Amino acid sequence: MEFKDYYEIMGVKRDATQDEIKRAYRKLARKYHPDVSKEPDAEQKFKQVGEAYEVLKDPEKRAAYDQLGANWKAGQDFRPPPDWDAGFEFSGGGFTEGDASAYSDFFESLFGRGFGGARAAGRGRRTYHARGEDHHAKVLIDLEDAFHGATRTITLRVPELDPQGHVVTRERTLNVRIPKGIRQGQQIRLAGQGAPGLGEGKAGDLYLEVEFRPHPIYRVEGRDLYLDLPIAPWEAALGARVKAPTPGGVVDLKIPPGSASGRKLRLKGRGIPGKPPGDIYVVLQIVVPPATTEKAKELYREMEKELAFNPRARLGV
Amino acid sequence: MNTSKEILTGLLLDEEVTLSLGELSRACAVHAEWIVELVQEGVLEPSGADVEHWRFGASSLRRARTVRHLQRDLGVNLAGAALALDLMDELQALRDRLAVLDRSC
Repeated sequence: MEFKDYYEIMGVKRDATQDEIKRAYRKLARKYHPDVSKEPDAEQKFKQVGEAYEVLKDPEKRAAYDQLGANWKAGQDFRPPPDWDAGFEFSGGGFTEGDASAYSDFFESLFGRGFGGARAAGRGRRTYHARGEDHHAKVLIDLEDAFHGATRTITLRVPELDPQGHVVTRERTLNVRIPKGIRQGQQIRLAGQGAPGLGEGKAGDLYLEVEFRPHPIYRVEGRDLYLDLPIAPWEAALGARVKAPTPGGVVDLKIPPGSASGRKLRLKGRGIPGKPPGDIYVVLQIVVPPATTEKAKELYREMEKELAFNPRARLGV
Repeated sequence: MNTSKEILTGLLLDEEVTLSLGELSRACAVHAEWIVELVQEGVLEPSGADVEHWRFGASSLRRARTVRHLQRDLGVNLAGAALALDLMDELQALRDRLAVLDRSC
């Protein structure tokens, strides 16, 4: 198991005051909050910071952690020394609002047992019935899945209490049908796939939030797609019939004569299926043929000579 | 429990699906009173005349959960979370626009 330097994670000195630690936490939490941050590893960072704060904000846990000594380096192989926690009791503080299942093995090995036991005892005191909690997870799909529908296998990590009251995570695999026409950010509710109920209570539901993987060709906005379509200058000037890809298959597209770069052409109803279906916006990109051969250079020179064309006329130069 | 090859079909929460106050509270793991507060703050706008008949659109689930996370993790109050939510929506809309423009230039 790797040693975790909670002070380093929080960016504070080992003698930081509780106020300094709180300020550091607030700042980092805002920065890496998964709902707010767009940094790719925000969620991971946010969990680390939450774990570090869980220890450092609690004077008891912090004192115990400090007792391990200042010589440990982050990432170093770590085993808790025997009786390292003699004289400390973590029963009081316990977990506050944190997501216990997200904490590392390192944390669990130091502070895990007291908390797990206390919680299990609290629950087991008398039999009572309650509906299980609803769970939430994200599922990444391809844009094509929204066009054709698909079945996706998703793996969830579920925290559970073992018979001794320890928190253990178990992997759970589900095969889920992704309905045709689904959009970014929409949710699928799977009845009874959340946490098991207590006593005779029913199981909770599982909510899956759908997210599209970035697509190499299309950009998605709601049900609409945007596609950049390269065309030749003569196709733009004279008009043409060209082929354009869509997730539903290749289509013929009419380029009107005199099209400028950036012109948008709409393929009605070719976007993500639904009622009504989305559209595809084809954005024209005029690509200039390279003047690498003598023949090509000659053609460009001829255009220059024959066409009275000033591309900067609007700029007054 | 579910390691079989069984394929699960869920309910897609689209525009036609709405949630009751109870369903929304459970899905967010909060008391109904808290959801009522969000409605009073204008964060959620259910249809239906009174509390018993409130129906929430699917986007309410994401909004309510985001407010919950902001309150819990960052210690902002309800008004602050509501403001952050509106700004985040605006930011997302701008990011989407930018993604479209970026590639067209």
